[in-house]
Amino acid sequence: MLLIQCPYCGERPEPEFVYGGQAHIARPQPSAELSDQEWTNFLYRRNNTRGAHAERWRHTHGCGRFFNALRDTTTDHFLATYKLSEPPPRPPAESAE
Amino acid sequence: MTQGFRTVSGGRIDRARVLRFSFDGHAYAGVAGDTLASALLANGVHLLGRSFKYHRPRGLLAAGSEEPSALVAVRRDAARYTPNLRATQVELYEGLEAHSQNRWPSLALDFGAVNDLLSPFIPAGFYYKTFMWPRRAWRWLYEPRIRAAAGLGRAPTQPDPDRYASRYAHCDVLVVGAGPAGLAAAAAAVGAGARVILCDEQNELGGSLLSDSSRAAPVIDGRPAARWLDDTLADLAARQVTLLPRTTAFGYFPHNLVALNERLTDHLAIPAALAPRERQWQVRAREVVLATGAIERPLVFPGNDRPGIMLAAAARTWLNRYGVLPGTRAVVVTASDAAYEAALDLQQAGLAIAMIAEVRDAVPAGLADLTRAAGIPVLTGATVLGTSGRRRVQAIRLARIRHGAVSEPKTLRCDLVLMSGGFTPSVHLFSQSRGTLAWDDAVQAFLPAVLAERARSAGACRGVFELARVRSDGAAAGAAAAREATAPGREGVCPAGALGRSVAAAAAGSAEELAGARGFAGALPQPQRARGKAFVDWQNDVTTRDLALATREGFRSIEHIKRYTTTGMATDQGKTSNLNALGVVSGTLGKAIPDMGLTTFRMPYTPVTFGSFAGSARGDLFDPVRTTPMHSWAVKNGAVFEDVGLWKRARHFPCPGEDLHRAVNRECLTVRNACGIFDASTLGKIEVVGKDAVTFMNRLYTNAWSSLAVGRCRYGVLLRDDGFVYDDGVVARMAEDRFHVTTTTGGAPRVLALMEDYLQTEWPDLGVWLTSTTEQWAVIAVQGPTARPVLESLVDIDMSAAAMPHMSVAVGHICGVPMRLFRVSFSGELGFEVNVPADFGAAVWEAISEAGQAHGITPYGTETMHVLRAEKGYIIVGQDTDGTVTPEDAGLGWAIGKNKPDFLGKRSLQRPAMTSADRRQLVGLLTVDPATVLDEGAQVMLEPAAPVPTRPIGHVTSSYYSATLGRSIALALIGGGRSRSGQTLYVPMPQGDVPVQVASPVFYDPKGERLNA
Repeated sequence: MLLIQCPYCGERPEPEFVYGGQAHIARPQPSAELSDQEWTNFLYRRNNTRGAHAERWRHTHGCGRFFNALRDTTTDHFLATYKLSEPPPRPPAESAE
Repeated sequence: MTQGFRTVSGGRIDRARVLRFSFDGHAYAGVAGDTLASALLANGVHLLGRSFKYHRPRGLLAAGSEEPSALVAVRRDAARYTPNLRATQVELYEGLEAHSQNRWPSLALDFGAVNDLLSPFIPAGFYYKTFMWPRRAWRWLYEPRIRAAAGLGRAPTQPDPDRYASRYAHCDVLVVGAGPAGLAAAAAAVGAGARVILCDEQNELGGSLLSDSSRAAPVIDGRPAARWLDDTLADLAARQVTLLPRTTAFGYFPHNLVALNERLTDHLAIPAALAPRERQWQVRAREVVLATGAIERPLVFPGNDRPGIMLAAAARTWLNRYGVLPGTRAVVVTASDAAYEAALDLQQAGLAIAMIAEVRDAVPAGLADLTRAAGIPVLTGATVLGTSGRRRVQAIRLARIRHGAVSEPKTLRCDLVLMSGGFTPSVHLFSQSRGTLAWDDAVQAFLPAVLAERARSAGACRGVFELARVRSDGAAAGAAAAREATAPGREGVCPAGALGRSVAAAAAGSAEELAGARGFAGALPQPQRARGKAFVDWQNDVTTRDLALATREGFRSIEHIKRYTTTGMATDQGKTSNLNALGVVSGTLGKAIPDMGLTTFRMPYTPVTFGSFAGSARGDLFDPVRTTPMHSWAVKNGAVFEDVGLWKRARHFPCPGEDLHRAVNRECLTVRNACGIFDASTLGKIEVVGKDAVTFMNRLYTNAWSSLAVGRCRYGVLLRDDGFVYDDGVVARMAEDRFHVTTTTGGAPRVLALMEDYLQTEWPDLGVWLTSTTEQWAVIAVQGPTARPVLESLVDIDMSAAAMPHMSVAVGHICGVPMRLFRVSFSGELGFEVNVPADFGAAVWEAISEAGQAHGITPYGTETMHVLRAEKGYIIVGQDTDGTVTPEDAGLGWAIGKNKPDFLGKRSLQRPAMTSADRRQLVGLLTVDPATVLDEGAQVMLEPAAPVPTRPIGHVTSSYYSATLGRSIALALIGGGRSRSGQTLYVPMPQGDVPVQVASPVFYDPKGERLNA
């Protein structure tokens, strides 16, 4: 069970949170002007990142707020969490072996 | 029976407190401080079990939790029967009743032992190769037989009557293992001001110190080890360290969550009535110190599994901790120094040591002097050719082997063989934490290398064996853990960064220490045509021959070999076998052990009861139950309930003698002809408020909300952005900036979550607030032609058709209670839904019920509600839709605001596939025989008796018998359904293909005259 740093509440256990998919995908508006392919890409195409992945989480059983997180998909560890209004932080450099 | 093998003094037992117990019905006596294993040994009983596959007689290999063979069942009563316990961990109590397992008819005479003779025919993976034909026989013949023949104990047949507790705990430093390293770590950590939890799987804290001999007792801080241990424990307790004996750390989860299982009552003769049997701890530790020690490795030679053949360290424990002599005349086979200590301890206690067979070519100088002084003969460069003895070892054949040639063979009589192949550091928890292990040449073992968690290993579990160094290693780890846990600025358990650190190297041990502990991995050398089974994995009966077979058949990866032969896959997870299996395979393949890699360790370290995981989440506490404010009225009035999500909803209210169908028919007819009252409180309710509320609703729902006047309601449809129906419900505009939104019963949480998602992430500029009011309002639906007169006498507002037309809402009072009154209908009749604050729900319900008596009112349940709405063709999202249905498919095209620039799903509805004419559309189905009620979910076919394989053109979504219409009705999703009106289709049912006619989904009052009455 991971601990997740809610930007509003602090460190809380994973069951309090709900995953919300890839972050930084704005809903195109007005949607009517998009081609079928562009709309399909918005609806269904997502990255399958190995490494730092920016994604949305919601502290459902806490403050209820959505926030973004940078998570390493190979280790499952959170590299950073940040508010929706903030740009994604740069992933920390790989620790020197 | 007397305890013939009990020493007169010594050990951590109380000889004065005699405890009687039974094993397989025979009465024995032990003493306080015994385990079942030590008490049986004290009585000279060595045969404790039969092996898993070959049913070979087995005794005790080890003295701790790593014991693979001596699995027993302990019975307190019919329900309290615990199988597969390691006899070495079962603490003795007065009256304990234990049974052996996997034998018939008795432990001494087991017919299953024929498997041992048949072993050439049942090698590793035999069940993959035989029992293949006929294919069907696997399920009813082969598998049940194999499972019955091979196996462990049987499960208890009655529900577990015991209570189980669970607890969350937080600490600065969790120390796992209370041997010398763990004790030093805990003392150092608490000394540095940290909050410390110290747990150990044994009934006493102390680890290896508990088994030290009086012959060469170590001195710690100027005191004998035993006194030092007592003082240290008292000191730790005084400094508020949480000390948890009988507590196994069995799982290591991300971010330093360690699961502990504490056994509370299994060691008591008469547990207190309500005391929990076990307590599962979830400890979130800022820092973890793993001081899990090391486990002695057996040696692999033919016949190495007979009762009486055991690990040297185990024999030391029997003697020094339990005052038991595990035999009378022993032969010691060893590749490490530790076995010499055991030999000398046992000899001093009066046991004859016939010989020490030293696998290494030379005996370390110091030990050579000691054995010479003790008069024990030593054979160096030795191997074991075999053993004999049926239910107890009687003799061992030793020899030297050089270049395949056997020399100096000798057979020695003995009733005890001690073996030591060196020590394997217990890296299970470290490995579970996803830490990386690396082969250490000096220690000849896999040791922690790269950390994945904020953890440290200390002592033998990282290859530090000598007592003084173990203690300083533990103290250093404890101090460092405390320093990091309490460092200024440290926030929480998992601050970012600093993971993937390499483990700090332990101070190098002396050459003697390393040489002494290094030992041997693999099989002892044998002549060309060796006979007899040499066991690698005792619990799963895996021999060197099975491993050789696997490599011969082409398996190369140790992970594949493990799965093919099942080595290391028993409940002991290969604690005594993994490294030897690696050694054997490494020898066969000519590949070094570090190049083979190690299989992964998984939780649990030792088996954990299901009860411990379930905790209190059983029976009524398994899942929360949601009830409405009117629940007790429904109970009192004989409602039959159904589960809808977590809700209990009244399904029908049968009168005496009525079954479901008769009750539903009566309820339906009463609603159509008079009036019914229905509890709709479970409907989801969300209050959408704010200056931008109407903009928000416009962007979310398909409907045009700007045109909805205050005081009016509208049926709203919510899509996902992919264009498919997500939820529906009536929405009322209470004020310019306030909407009362209802959702389906099951959809309430996900609709609110979707609203929050868009509000927070897409349109944070909108001034809108969302509040779930599902449980704040009690909702009482009053439906039927006489609904108005029933309510009129109770409310303070004008309910006339002119003042309150269909789809309107008014605010007022009922029985003096504040109310939102909706004129809505899910039945097709004149209908009202009374919303009152939940606390008043029961009282208002009773008042309406009372007032309705004069107007023929009846309570009705969800089944009648379903029939009534189906008669009108009203859909239920999730029943008549399935996540691939557009509003147009469901016949809800009219609910789409055509002139709105955008709403969720609008763009998707324009995709070509979403407007195709052959999409499945909602239609009504009328069976040609009006008495036949279709099965919900049944497929719909174009032709009768279509040859298989065939393609259905749709399926039945709702199907009922309608008392109002005097016939069956059904709703279905049919490809191009609306263009098939009048067409005959066929529904395959168990009794054959049922012909049906496609009809309008609105079966009753298609013009809606009753609705608008």
